[in-house]
Amino acid sequence: MSILINRNTRVVVQGITGHDGFFHTQQMIAYGTSVVAGVTPGKGGEWVLDGKIPVFDSMKLAVEATGANTTVIFVPARGAPDAMFEAADAGIPLIVCITEGIPVQDMMRVRSYLDSRKIQLIGPNCPGLLTPGESKVGIIPGNIAIPGNVGVVSRSGTLTYEVLDALRQRKMGSSTCVGIGGDPVKGMNFVDVLALFEADAHTDRVVLIGEIGGSDEEKAADFIANRMTKPVVAFIAGQTAPPGRRMGHAGAIVEGGSGLAADKVRALENAGVRVAHHPEEIAEMMAD
Amino acid sequence: MKLQEYQSKQIFSKYGIPIPRGRVAATASEAKQIAEELGSRVVVKAQVLVGGRGKAGGIRLARNPKEAEELATAVLAMELKGLPVRKVLVDEAASIEKEIYIGITNDRASNRPVMMASSEGGVDIEEVAAKTPEKIVRVYIDPLLGLRDYQARDIAAAIDLPRSAWRSFGEIARGLWNAFTETDSSLAEINPLVITSDRRLMALDGKMVIDDNALFRHPELAEMRDLDSEAAAEIEARKYGLTYIKLDGEIGCMVNGAGLAMATMDIIKLYGGEPANFLDIGGGAGADKVAAALRIILSDPHVKAVLFNIFGGITRGDEVARGILAALAEVKPNIPMVIRLVGTNAEEGRRLLAEADMITAETLTDAAKKAVAAAKGVER
Repeated sequence: MSILINRNTRVVVQGITGHDGFFHTQQMIAYGTSVVAGVTPGKGGEWVLDGKIPVFDSMKLAVEATGANTTVIFVPARGAPDAMFEAADAGIPLIVCITEGIPVQDMMRVRSYLDSRKIQLIGPNCPGLLTPGESKVGIIPGNIAIPGNVGVVSRSGTLTYEVLDALRQRKMGSSTCVGIGGDPVKGMNFVDVLALFEADAHTDRVVLIGEIGGSDEEKAADFIANRMTKPVVAFIAGQTAPPGRRMGHAGAIVEGGSGLAADKVRALENAGVRVAHHPEEIAEMMAD
Repeated sequence: MKLQEYQSKQIFSKYGIPIPRGRVAATASEAKQIAEELGSRVVVKAQVLVGGRGKAGGIRLARNPKEAEELATAVLAMELKGLPVRKVLVDEAASIEKEIYIGITNDRASNRPVMMASSEGGVDIEEVAAKTPEKIVRVYIDPLLGLRDYQARDIAAAIDLPRSAWRSFGEIARGLWNAFTETDSSLAEINPLVITSDRRLMALDGKMVIDDNALFRHPELAEMRDLDSEAAAEIEARKYGLTYIKLDGEIGCMVNGAGLAMATMDIIKLYGGEPANFLDIGGGAGADKVAAALRIILSDPHVKAVLFNIFGGITRGDEVARGILAALAEVKPNIPMVIRLVGTNAEEGRRLLAEADMITAETLTDAAKKAVAAAKGVER
């Protein structure tokens, strides 16, 4: 069992004929993900990957023809907001947007639209989803994680891979790994994903990887203290980040004294969360 | 990307927000000429991207053109918080009855823009927020609906504006909203918005921050970037698609991924060192990119050791190793290099790097400790 995606997930890839979209479609299929269609406007009617995957001109056509229920977006930043609106209008209930660099105001309009239709969004600027052994929707390397009972939710990409790899070396696997992304305005946040893990019968512990900027970790701490029964181990990156600077991720910035790592660590510890001092300590704490 | 005051006010003016008469000058004689044209008392204002210009002496009142010339000479010779003053704005001085604050920013907690206003204008708004938060009014705006007229009226009433000023305040609020959305700003702020002694509203100062991710559709704004306010190494890094942020420590860091890069800085500190920089080389790090990154890190004379922390995911470890070898051959650093390479094809990568003169590490902890020791060794 898992959250958000499983072996029945039917994926359409928006931007399938682009460089990244094509490469990661190959990777997803190799992992066993059921990729049923791709969309590239102007290339409808073509078949890619040895004639296995049909390409459509629009999301509406792709969904009607294949019954896809999840989309993953590799469209460049200037077209990605439109791709999300199109997916929403085609009736897709779960959107995973990998694209980095989408303007914040575009994302606010997307969020407002998706929220009014109860559509779930992961990302943007994220590595996507991985349910080990069943499905991967996004770019998380499949070989670094094994099936298990640890739920993983993170704002960072490679830092997540690091943790998955360390867990695997200790023979611990994950139920689902959710990369929620490094943007300031995004789809699902920590609280949304924690609620899913709390309700998932096959998740018995959770790893939360946060970073500086915003207050999602503080909200997560509040949720954990009041609503969660499953133990959570956390790590917060950016203790040494200077204020006022964006640390690679658009959302990783300490502004006006808020979003500090120390405040997030304190909030989580007050909620009973064990907070690791460095990434390798996470796997050690999970093994305890 | 921050805009200068004069640039922000020019944009505001295009959206119907009244601003004082005035122009920007790069020399004292130009400043004098502008003051002569205005024919009134003028304010000479340093155009530098730092806060607290007034307190630092960068904003001065001149009674006549000759004084404007003298003050412009002084201000143009200044450095404010390390930044040279290259331009001054010469504005007609206003007679001020009252100063208020109005601004719009993106609120990440609610995923919406928020318009903020206060009857306490002309001072640092963050200070007002800290000391008297009840004096700040916030109105959240649906990004699909935009600012509604009633919201602007609600704000005007909440900050005790006289009813006679509501209409012009509403026009200014609408203008600010349009400027904010059409330029893809993350901040558009008028502080102070003044009521003059003849009962007009006017934006005396302005500040805009443009979303860097949106510059692709605003080439005219992208050209306004002030390179003085950025370190040369950071400008160089941007050319190669790298994110580099200089810090004060002695251990250079080269990492793939922003989160892992931050975690690497943190662990260096945890084991008694200080990171010299943040650097994310991103995915698919080829030789030219690694070499550029290495040159940028080594351009900081305080760097005494470099730590490479690479997690091979989609990016393969052997590819990165080849990139590092080529970069080392080109840059020929003479300080210790510590490398930790794990993940996809890491063994192959490590085998390739065995011939290079690098200190290898298995774990992140091990790598941090070795880098800290190496940096200290150089000091002795």
